[in-house]
Amino acid sequence: MKRRTFIQKTAAAGFLTSIAGAGVLSTGFKPSFKKHITILHTNDVHSHIEPFSPQNARNPNAGGVAKRYTLIQKIRKENPNVLLLDAGDMFQGTPYFNFYGGELEFKLMSKMGYDAATLGNHDFDNGLDGLLAQIPNAKFSFINSNYDFSNTILDGGYIKPYEIFIKDGVKIGVFGVGIELEGLVNKKMYRETQYNDPVMVAQDLSHQLKNEEQCDLVICLSHLGYQYKSGKIDDLKLAKRTENIDLIIGGHSHTFLDKPTVVRNAKDKNVLVNQVGWAGINLGRIDFYLDDQKNISSEGASILV
Amino acid sequence: MHYLKPGLVLLAGLCLVSCKEKTSLAVSHIKAKQIAVAADIEEDPKITAFIQPYKEHIDKEMNSVLSFTPKTLSKNDGQLNTAIGNMEADAVLEMANPIFQKREQKSIDAVLLNHGGIRSIISKGNITTKTAFNIMPFENELVIVGIKGKHLHAMFEYLAQNQTAHPLAGMQLILDKNGSIKSKKIQGKNLEDDRLYYIATNDYLMEGGDRMDFFKKKETATYIDYKLRNLFLDYFKKHDTINPLRDQRFIQE
Repeated sequence: MKRRTFIQKTAAAGFLTSIAGAGVLSTGFKPSFKKHITILHTNDVHSHIEPFSPQNARNPNAGGVAKRYTLIQKIRKENPNVLLLDAGDMFQGTPYFNFYGGELEFKLMSKMGYDAATLGNHDFDNGLDGLLAQIPNAKFSFINSNYDFSNTILDGGYIKPYEIFIKDGVKIGVFGVGIELEGLVNKKMYRETQYNDPVMVAQDLSHQLKNEEQCDLVICLSHLGYQYKSGKIDDLKLAKRTENIDLIIGGHSHTFLDKPTVVRNAKDKNVLVNQVGWAGINLGRIDFYLDDQKNISSEGASILV
Repeated sequence: MHYLKPGLVLLAGLCLVSCKEKTSLAVSHIKAKQIAVAADIEEDPKITAFIQPYKEHIDKEMNSVLSFTPKTLSKNDGQLNTAIGNMEADAVLEMANPIFQKREQKSIDAVLLNHGGIRSIISKGNITTKTAFNIMPFENELVIVGIKGKHLHAMFEYLAQNQTAHPLAGMQLILDKNGSIKSKKIQGKNLEDDRLYYIATNDYLMEGGDRMDFFKKKETATYIDYKLRNLFLDYFKKHDTINPLRDQRFIQE
């Protein structure tokens, strides 16, 4: 009965003020608009299927896919609206890769319910052929936007420039940027893959996703690396020079951060940049709470990190 | 919902209209945290079971005994040449030359690898598959570089200045007591400037790794589809005992 009273009162109040303005109107319905999206992410897992050995000096028994999956399942029970992402360098680092060429990495990521991964330089370690051979083992998407594969065997939609995921009605646009391969990867491995400027690509695609596709969230999966003192492009520079990205999930530099870095973008809006070390020692978790535009303060989202 | 008042229905209708024109959601707040995949977290049994057959196969392969060494080999057991480095370079010559000869009708004159590329010791006792993964965890491939003799003076200069025990074979370098080059020979002979020599190395070094810039003057580069790790594995399988020695291939008087 209490609930009924509440609805009636709200309804009456809303009805009375409806002429005055829709802004006040919607406040009464705030809970029904609220959405909660959980982003989980890894980077540079480097074929660390098993935990570190008990003898490991730094991380004895830490990591491992089976433990990671326990955590993921627990979080999915809390909130089913999860987007599970990887920022590249899934391959290379243990004999699992040398023996099976990435088969087990992709099969396990599929079992864990990964939605998408971007490509790191080491994902080319067995060449384009080696990567292509393993793609059928993946039930998730490969997303990269700044490598042009059109003159390679990966042409034909194996690698998507972006993808829009809809979780609980929230549109989440995901695109990916990779590091310059020349000088880092043997040319024999990446062949005619062309590298395009990540900033230009990110600026164009994030604009497209935010404004034309009307995505509520735009996420960039990056394998550029967190920060370089030189002019070389990194995640912090990318965040600063672009306009429509909400979150950059990074990799390559194996950076451990206590919390995500908040960067002001070219339009002076906040961008989150995160990375969680390497080898599957950590799982990153970022929770976005969304509400109707009208209920958000002009200062934008509050970030609790 | 039977008790809804007409007013509320009207209200809901208004809202639908207003939301439709701009359904835009916006982020109200964000929480972030890093979760440690800590030692005490329980493993998901289904995942563990899925991994098990792969793990058993790898463990079995990795522990299979290929050869034996009566003493521990380390890349730090010599100044200018070491037993383990000599073994690596000699293995390249022994295993790769027959393939190169057969495919290209040419012979490898010399081998040059890098000291930093020897990634672990070989412990006294059994040599297993794991040993090859330990000394060579990377995927680097063997490549045979064709380069004129006149550009190889720079290679010997590099070695003389570096004074590091880079693995080499098929050549000899003697430094005098001041560290200057006293003698440099390939296949026991002085360099002929206009002759094309075939030097076996790995793709990383050929591309200028470890500042081996002299390889940039190469005229040909021939891959024989042989990863260095696989080459060492084959070498261990071929020899039931590995007992390399430090010798005179790179010395200072």
